[in-house]
Amino acid sequence: MSGSKDAILARIRSALGDVPRGEQSEDVEVTRAYVDSHATGDVVDLFVERVEDYRATVTRVGESDAPAAIARILGEHGVENLVVPPGLPEELLAAYQGSRLSDDPPLTPAELDASDGVITLAAQGIALTGTIVLDAGPGQGRRALSLVPDLHLCVVRASQVAADVPLAVRTLVPARPTTFISGPSATSDIELDRVEGVHGPRTLAVVLISG
Amino acid sequence: MSRDDVNVVWLGSPTFPKAAHDALQDTQLRRNLKHATTTIRDKRLKAVAELDDWETLREAGSQIKDRVMRHLDEYLLQLEASVTAAGGVVHWAQDAREANAIVSKLVRAKGATEVVKIKSMATQEIGLNEALEDDGIEATETDLAELIVQLNDDRPSHILVPAIHRNRTEIRDIFKREMGKHGIAAPEDLTDEPRALAEAARVHLREKFLRAKVAISGANFACADTGTVGVVESEGNGRMCLTLPETLITVMGLEKVLPSFSDLEVFLQLLPRSSTAERMNPYTSLWTGVTPGDGPQEFHLILLDNGRTKTLADVEGRSALHCIRCSACLNVCPVYERTGGRSYGSVYPGPIGAVLTPQLVGVGTSEHADSLPFASTLCGACYDACPVRIDIPEMLVHLRAKVVDSHRGGVPKPEALAMKGAQVVFGSPRRLAMAERLGAMAGRFVGIRGGRWLPGPARKWTGARDVPVPARESFRTWWRKAGRR
Ligand code: SF4
Repeated sequence: MSGSKDAILARIRSALGDVPRGEQSEDVEVTRAYVDSHATGDVVDLFVERVEDYRATVTRVGESDAPAAIARILGEHGVENLVVPPGLPEELLAAYQGSRLSDDPPLTPAELDASDGVITLAAQGIALTGTIVLDAGPGQGRRALSLVPDLHLCVVRASQVAADVPLAVRTLVPARPTTFISGPSATSDIELDRVEGVHGPRTLAVVLISG
Repeated sequence: MSRDDVNVVWLGSPTFPKAAHDALQDTQLRRNLKHATTTIRDKRLKAVAELDDWETLREAGSQIKDRVMRHLDEYLLQLEASVTAAGGVVHWAQDAREANAIVSKLVRAKGATEVVKIKSMATQEIGLNEALEDDGIEATETDLAELIVQLNDDRPSHILVPAIHRNRTEIRDIFKREMGKHGIAAPEDLTDEPRALAEAARVHLREKFLRAKVAISGANFACADTGTVGVVESEGNGRMCLTLPETLITVMGLEKVLPSFSDLEVFLQLLPRSSTAERMNPYTSLWTGVTPGDGPQEFHLILLDNGRTKTLADVEGRSALHCIRCSACLNVCPVYERTGGRSYGSVYPGPIGAVLTPQLVGVGTSEHADSLPFASTLCGACYDACPVRIDIPEMLVHLRAKVVDSHRGGVPKPEALAMKGAQVVFGSPRRLAMAERLGAMAGRFVGIRGGRWLPGPARKWTGARDVPVPARESFRTWWRKAGRR
């Protein structure tokens, strides 16, 4: 309703009678004296430590050992029916024996729900907060893929790990749907007891490829 | 006061002193609250101490919010343009009635009779669930605590952990009794283990997520330059709502707009650490309009006034709009710790509720809301904790004066309100006086702050209470001891 828009804008303008007419928004000072990164020491080590703090698992491997590690983790969790997003490098699944669910054409929510897990790449990692950032790029798939299945195996490259939040935010592409994931889904709503896995994946397994 | 304004405060709420008196009799509530506030408080201190530039981050957060408020019209227009360009639809709602009507119309246009919801203060404020129910639409809260509250037809007691007044056995009983009436029933042999209770909620809600056509959310921020909207959460119910349904309707208070996407680098540091005391909350979702083939293909953003422009007009009260709803001020508040959120009789409890509620409904229009600025010892702990540095104690003093002015020549007597507001919480005038005196020692006592004196009838009262001033630490020390009694 444009009537309401005009009414609200008019009320805002009359409420701001104390703001000098010539003042531009940039004239209101914002001091950005905060640091770009709080990380000290090795950023990748820090990332591992912080992700593990959330009770997610991190498996560090070299490039050539990644397929075996992935197959082993999937096997340990009994994954036989794996959601595979478009653009996931084929070699990562070279050792995986189970069946695959392709998202092309798109899987229904019920099909996703019936799967055992999903494997995705990431857009980046954030060391200080132990965060994985997904932006629906190649090998990550649309947002529902990393949400509905009960296990999320996320492959992150060491070179993708940003030190801290400000540095990570500066490389995001706003137009992409972006999800920050810091550990598995959790709640503390019942007597403040932490329970992992409410609606999102109950297991978050990170495979970190170094080099 | 219009019917819609009333939604901010719960209909028929007693004034704070009366409600607090009742809450204080509830020992279970007090035990739960004490456990909750103490736990989160200690965790928060640790999370904050990890960032050695915390004060500069707070400064930046406060300045960004200041910039937004001083140029709110410009940023809202910019936000509207960006969201529209990205394929979303922006609506403007002057009050609760209008916002509810927009939502209801959008839901009905989709032919839906049920919607899933993410916990949102703005939709609570406008009484959206009740309005939808009147229109034959069932709204399901999907946040675990909100679900507990909703199933029990109860009211939330904390911004962050709304069901903190219920223990596990009560929650099990609520689930067993109510879940079956609204969908998948709780298992017969449900125990009161938090893990089992969370699992019951997962199963009950998943079925709803998978079939929902329309979801409703609030927003933690919206970036004017890019049109990106953000929701910060823990459980994944937010992601479910933001991702699976075909249509997403977001109801957002006008004040949540940020100038720029890059400002997220400040707020994504300030909010999680102040709120759940984590380095980062489990899930943060950012979306910009509509993305073909990913998530809802229809996105509506409703910009809600509902008293915010009224708040904006009060230069000294304006910064209440800076609030990012982290709830840190609740957890450090000695009054809140003793009375709980429901005593405030408002969607917004605790110190921020005491300043925001009367401003949203308008000072002098509700005896209940007018009693809230007196529900404080002015100890200053909320100001220290606030990630955007809202000077709540100073605003309380300002609002007390406004209440006094608005009642000039009428009832209730401000002094009576004032004394009752906090006194009832502390049990005896002596303990209140001690709390206030020690609060004053922090240099933030009513009459003397910044050399300003309360005008009107309150002046006499504050004058009588002018006392010498020791260090802030003594209040903390006293409070810790007092709390153990
Ligand atoms: S007033 Fe400050 S501390 Fe309180 S909820 Fe708002 S942002 Fe958090």
